[in-house]
Amino acid sequence: MKISLILILINSTFYLHVKAQTIPIVKFDYYEQLRSKQNDTTYIVNFWATWCKPCVNELPYFEQINKKYKNEKVQVILISLDFIKQYDFKLKPFVAKRELQSQVVLLDEPNYNAWIDKVDKNWGGAIPATVIFNNDKKQYHFFEREFSFEELDQIVIRLTQ
Amino acid sequence: MRTILLSVIIVFTAFSFTSITNESGYKVGDKAEDFKLKNIDGKMVSMADYKNAKGLIIIFTCNHCPFSVAYEDRIIDIHKRYADKGFPVIAINPNDAKVQPDDSFDKMKERAKKKKFPFAYLHDETQEIAKRFGATRTPHVYVVSKKETDFIVEYIGAIDDNANEPQNVKTKYLENALNELIEGKAVSQNFTKAIGCTIKWKKD
Repeated sequence: MKISLILILINSTFYLHVKAQTIPIVKFDYYEQLRSKQNDTTYIVNFWATWCKPCVNELPYFEQINKKYKNEKVQVILISLDFIKQYDFKLKPFVAKRELQSQVVLLDEPNYNAWIDKVDKNWGGAIPATVIFNNDKKQYHFFEREFSFEELDQIVIRLTQ
Repeated sequence: MRTILLSVIIVFTAFSFTSITNESGYKVGDKAEDFKLKNIDGKMVSMADYKNAKGLIIIFTCNHCPFSVAYEDRIIDIHKRYADKGFPVIAINPNDAKVQPDDSFDKMKERAKKKKFPFAYLHDETQEIAKRFGATRTPHVYVVSKKETDFIVEYIGAIDDNANEPQNVKTKYLENALNELIEGKAVSQNFTKAIGCTIKWKKD
């Protein structure tokens, strides 16, 4: 009991020193609005969760893209599908500890069957899944798989040219 | 010459069809081929072993995935209520233990013992059965009905519409499908999607 209390104290002090981004909790219309943005920005939208091992493995590559194209019209958005009750205990500390710089949002829509097809008809529901689009360039790509940095970067290079 | 060309075309078409079926797996209405997989008690289990069943609830699931864990109690409950009505559960773990050590055969035994699984929990070690069905995530449900010696796929998808909060479930897709089958009706919503853990395929 005492030990866990001390641990909690240590943890909270640690996180106070890390400037963590705030993570908005959003509904599906957030994605719909994003998807319909009429501009020349290339959006890289990754569906992930802290419990998903392959998702966590590829997160650094999305962060790398975010950093590499910081001054260009490229935006990385990490849509977390973590359970809402784990927002405080799992998602927030995870994002803070890894100091994620790309925008993270939590999609609170537990009725998956109602919206998976609206993201993409070809999506079976497994994560990681990634949507990359640029509406001005009329480009849209959907992937239900893991990425390497090079693969991601190749797509972004093509869309930003 | 023509015959050769024709056979080439036939062979090619046959090939492309096979690859399509392999990739996408079963659709509702398809005949499911029987399998023989090792249960946690060491015995081999096939669909044909369930002689008195009207059908089967085949669930690709595993130990580690939070969605599978979230559904464990509901799967146990569904088995308890539907086995007597002719639809027992067969759980199948398709994950590669090298990629996800928590899903090894020994860990399956542990988990089944701890949760007192009342149904068979089979190990799809070669992952061939998951591929044949077209399972992509855990949990991923396939209901088959028995027509003489054949098993026909009647429902593919999710258990219900809220993985994490059972108290907030509005539509019980799987139970609705089972009830309709028991009443001799066609399944009205025979395909649903859900977020799940990817099946941990073997690395080449």
